[in-house]
Amino acid sequence: MSGIIAQNLLDGSGLVKAPEGGGAWNFISKQTASSDSTISFTSGIDSTYREYLFTFNNIHPATDGAEFKFNLSVDTGSNYNVTKTTTHIYAFHTEADDAASLSYDTSRDLAQGTGFQNLTGDTGNNNDQSLSGSLQIFNPSSTTFVKNFLANTNSYYSSDSSYNSYVSGYGNTTSAVDAIQFKMSTGNIDAGDICLYGLTT
Amino acid sequence: MTGIISDNVGRPSGLIKAASGGGGVWTKIKEITASSDSTISFVDGTSDVVLDSTYPIYVFKFNIHPSADARLQVNFRDGGSSYDATKTSTFWEASHAEDEGRAEVGYVTDYDLAQSTSVQALAYVSNGNEEVSAGTLHLFSPSSTTFVKHYICRVSCHHSMPGSIDTFIAGYCNVTAAIDGVQFSMSSGNIDAGTIKMYGIGDS
Repeated sequence: MSGIIAQNLLDGSGLVKAPEGGGAWNFISKQTASSDSTISFTSGIDSTYREYLFTFNNIHPATDGAEFKFNLSVDTGSNYNVTKTTTHIYAFHTEADDAASLSYDTSRDLAQGTGFQNLTGDTGNNNDQSLSGSLQIFNPSSTTFVKNFLANTNSYYSSDSSYNSYVSGYGNTTSAVDAIQFKMSTGNIDAGDICLYGLTT
Repeated sequence: MTGIISDNVGRPSGLIKAASGGGGVWTKIKEITASSDSTISFVDGTSDVVLDSTYPIYVFKFNIHPSADARLQVNFRDGGSSYDATKTSTFWEASHAEDEGRAEVGYVTDYDLAQSTSVQALAYVSNGNEEVSAGTLHLFSPSSTTFVKHYICRVSCHHSMPGSIDTFIAGYCNVTAAIDGVQFSMSSGNIDAGTIKMYGIGDS
């Protein structure tokens, strides 16, 4: 690739060559939390893209120690109860430097569970505390395969610690997933942004 | 937008129109090629670098070849000219030696931080001619004056054992002042060669 087309790559204007597996992000929608019990994305998730990615930016819980969770829907948001099997590992380190670990968390994974999947630890609700990260879901519109997902977040744990979680799993359904809902384990999502992107691959 | 350009949106080939103003796609802000540099810095308002509220997420992609076997490290500027933002973080890794003598996963207490202003280790890099380490660092909402600043990094390292190490680093700058500068350096020696690319990810 050469010339103007090459020069425009990753620029914000002009013509560019569509990526060949480069994973270009295409903005779909954004929701800003304002004391919401749930935030749902009920449109924009279809067969247009093979991969979708949600970013979480400074999600701030109303309640101290709340966990950030998500669930999938196959009926455009009427129900969020897709069966899932997942893993949850985390690294943890206190500000006081008196605890540091890498662990598998059996209390935050799912084995054919229909409940919400935990994405974080117990996030603090002090004014400066929050969590950020991302969730990627693969081929949600497939009616042949299960729906794999990967998530990575960092949260300011309520006990003044850094909590980095890696979550993965699959929605064990061959129905198309067309909506996703986020919420805290207790209390509201006080503030924060969630963006949805489609990935060109 | 009409015609072939419009038809190609979302397809893996052909020409497409770049989203205006970034439009949520990655926007390349700055690329710096190392040449025996002791540090490489990205400072808002300097040398075409934007590191403010323009983008909610900034991404640094790097491949680094050092002058000495050393660790790649990063620090953040939260006011003034010093890179000394207070940080609490985690560091863990998976490693596998070329001779199979080591294959493990574990937390590394040597390189995490607890309310420290010191540099954050990101990767091991050996300095054989063909050896390089490559990875990605995400920095969330650096301009926020309300919340701490989360960062998440993962690096594929060529370690001098020799072998492969996959490092996972995450944490937060425990400050409510805006972060307006990011600086990369080695624990010893220089950044001999390689590139660091800075991107902004839009949300509209």
